[in-house]
Amino acid sequence: MSARTTTEELGPVTTLATPIRLDFEFTPGVAQSRFLRGLEKGKFVGQRCPTCGKVYVPSRGSCPTDGVPTTEDVDLGNVGTVTTYCVVNVPFAGQSIEIPYICAQVLLDGANISFMGLIQEIPTDEIRMGMRVEAVWVEPEELTPSLASVRYFRPSGEPDADYETYKDYL
Amino acid sequence: MSAAAATAKRAVRRPVSIASFAQSENVRQDDQHNEVEMLMPVVAEVFANIGITKNDIDFICSGSSDYLIGGPFSFVTALDAVGVWPPMPESHTEMDGAWALYEAWALLQEGEIDAALVYSFGRSSPGNLNEILALQLDPYYLAPLWPDPVSLAALQARALIDAGKGSEEDFAAIASRSRKDALSNPNAQVAHDIPVETLLRDEYVVSPLRRHALPPITDGAAAMVLAAGDKAREWSDKPVWISGFDHRIETHSLGARDLTSSPSTAKAADVAGVADGPIDVAELHAPFAHQEMILKEALGLDDGVTINPSGGALAANPIMSAGLIRIGEAAARIASGQAARAVAHATSGPCLQQNLVCVLEGE
Amino acid sequence: MAEYCAVIGVGQTHHKSKRDDVSIAGLVREAAKMALADADLTWTDIDAVVIGKAPDMFEGNMMPELYLAPALGAVGKPMFRVHTAGSVGGSTSLVAAHLISSGIHKRVLTVAYEKQSDSDAMWALSVPQPFAAPLLAGAGGYFAPHIRAYMRRSGAPEYIGRMVAVKDRINALRNPYAHLHLPDIDMKMVEDSMMLWDPLRYLEACPSSDGAAAMVLAAEDSLSGSYPPAWIHGMAMRSEPTMFAGRDQVNPQAGRDCSADVYAQAGITNPRAEIDVAEVYVPFSWYEPMWLENLGFCDLGDGWKLTEAGATAFEGDIPWNTSGGVLSSNPIGASGMLRFLEVAMQVRGQAGEHQIDGARRALGQAYGGGSQFFSMWVLGSDKP
Ligand SMILES: [Zn+2]
Repeated sequence: MSARTTTEELGPVTTLATPIRLDFEFTPGVAQSRFLRGLEKGKFVGQRCPTCGKVYVPSRGSCPTDGVPTTEDVDLGNVGTVTTYCVVNVPFAGQSIEIPYICAQVLLDGANISFMGLIQEIPTDEIRMGMRVEAVWVEPEELTPSLASVRYFRPSGEPDADYETYKDYL
Repeated sequence: MSAAAATAKRAVRRPVSIASFAQSENVRQDDQHNEVEMLMPVVAEVFANIGITKNDIDFICSGSSDYLIGGPFSFVTALDAVGVWPPMPESHTEMDGAWALYEAWALLQEGEIDAALVYSFGRSSPGNLNEILALQLDPYYLAPLWPDPVSLAALQARALIDAGKGSEEDFAAIASRSRKDALSNPNAQVAHDIPVETLLRDEYVVSPLRRHALPPITDGAAAMVLAAGDKAREWSDKPVWISGFDHRIETHSLGARDLTSSPSTAKAADVAGVADGPIDVAELHAPFAHQEMILKEALGLDDGVTINPSGGALAANPIMSAGLIRIGEAAARIASGQAARAVAHATSGPCLQQNLVCVLEGE
Repeated sequence: MAEYCAVIGVGQTHHKSKRDDVSIAGLVREAAKMALADADLTWTDIDAVVIGKAPDMFEGNMMPELYLAPALGAVGKPMFRVHTAGSVGGSTSLVAAHLISSGIHKRVLTVAYEKQSDSDAMWALSVPQPFAAPLLAGAGGYFAPHIRAYMRRSGAPEYIGRMVAVKDRINALRNPYAHLHLPDIDMKMVEDSMMLWDPLRYLEACPSSDGAAAMVLAAEDSLSGSYPPAWIHGMAMRSEPTMFAGRDQVNPQAGRDCSADVYAQAGITNPRAEIDVAEVYVPFSWYEPMWLENLGFCDLGDGWKLTEAGATAFEGDIPWNTSGGVLSSNPIGASGMLRFLEVAMQVRGQAGEHQIDGARRALGQAYGGGSQFFSMWVLGSDKP
């Protein structure tokens, strides 16, 4: 007979594993669809708020400060400025990028909001605020209506932007 | 009602009116709009109804559930439908919008603020509700078994039949009446005129519940403006007042409950003063047909009360909004003069575990 | 017209990385029973329960108030759930307080918790979404760029963050409930810790904790307990959109407005002079100097100078986070309530080794989301 048979001997149960898997279908909506269709064509499409005139990219459908639909599409270029960044050196479940990597806020020229982008083709200790970067897209035949169409951003080679030009976007 | 009569009834210290209500069309799957785009027109309408803007609002409270949407913090971006700039006092409950309404109403009771926006959005279509709602259950003893909400409701329906308090014919009659009434509700998702005997030929989904006794799966949103003080009269010639409001919860374990009754509804009804006057209309959040019978008894409603003229949750059940919509629908009956006094109800959890009761009165 | 409201009971668990000795129900009961005992009350004395926690996905339990109702003595009572992201522990306290100040209830039990070890919070924070780049490595990845922006803006030397990390961990040694007890903590130990989200190092970030907090709030005519009540002198919430053109993410307007509101209610014109002690949500070291400025304890750009001068240390003139703060214990949903609870302990004189002598007025602050949800209260030992 095994020595440990009673509840006292076995001790409390401390773990109970319940695997949970749930699948969801996401709905991008009208505004994000226009942004995603832009990505499919290899370009960033922003949207202008009819009330305040600010250009959002990507727009989630509304101007967050005015609460009205952003209706007018604005084609934005491929180039922008790193407003700020961090270097991610922490592994997490579902991570698809090799660490360390640069996670930056990129303010595209002509947009009034930055978005998060991956910066590559530069050592992590050379990234800096104000750096000018450009998007690197996948091959034309691989373009899809998803952010996977943008491989990453890389330095554009232009001189750094002056702090004054982006300090209001921090 | 007599058992609960010992509870001291609570006086409403400050009258609050439902100044405006709006809801989206309820659909099986809104695959055109994200949450912000679902809400934005509803919020715009709830303001436009009474000619106000967000600047007239002192407090915002919303209700929604991350698990329905499939991502954490789903309420965060939904706020973009309002445009909270400059910053505003704002709160969120991971409960039906009816509870968000309760929080806003409580704040208005203090007399410091006069107007609140309440909204909720429910997108039931992105995931599998039978799996998602199982996660509401005790995570150690129940959830690992993955009991689905239809099966749990069927247990309740069976208990009701066994207790001699209801029959499959009763359930079909409720479903038939509700969907027929829904024909006059432009926002309804399921509306038709099908006689009881036809419905009784439906297959069982989970015995004793046939297809017609189940709610539809619905995407929808709703919004409401509450007003107190001068604003209540300024925004409406004939205000609809909240004259009583309470909510109560029961124990979680289904085995520890008498599933054929709803003591939490009875208690909330007592505190809210449902029996203090005649009720003309009741909007009850009964996702499954048989639950209407349990609620009717708990609320002490007689056969003269018009129940769910909107069609209720059997006509459209946007989870997290369906309760708030009941209150909006009841208020609309008073505003239109069809009713002088109404009761609205919302529920949460398996088999009516948690219940909210709101009594509305005209002038 | 609003009724006075006071904290009359507090309770918290021992916060740990894994509380596998209790279920979720056991965890929240541990804090709730302690709060009831502190108030000299039993479950039946409570009119309503208000519970808060961060996203349900952290434990995989949807709308947990349903499962927890019997464990918290809520059967037959109103039970309300609050969720406002990281500020939720603060907002939950405020919703509970409003149920008293509105005259609806006399005694409300409020509870907040997180049992992070039951799931993977890092995963829950970074659930892959099809329309967003999979870059966000938890909350640190979100906040680190804003910290860098603060450093650039203020010209703060890079060692300031490490000073906060050391100060709060030294304070935690005075708090038996704190998760992290690091007796050997010093600047070098922080500097030697792994760089996770450059510029943030491992020891400049909060731990991941299991824990719960609870309070009993009461109306003026329903006070009890052996310690004096902690009166609410002011309470406020503010929200602003997550992302908008020109948003100041370093010094958010919602935080400034929220503190202005709460100070006005409390009659405070000079927070540094009039607040004896503060518990402020600092999950990453640099948020101390950032919030010093946001909360008006100093001029813009000077927050780091207060930290550097030791003003926020235990012996300083404005001790911040004498409990060790979020940097020492982070049961996410409860972290905000712990801030609110700790200042109640201070003005009631029950904070033991981390008590600030003579504390009569204190500020509790919590924030959440992308620094866009704020909740605050000011408590005092005198009735307002
Ligand atoms: Zn705008």
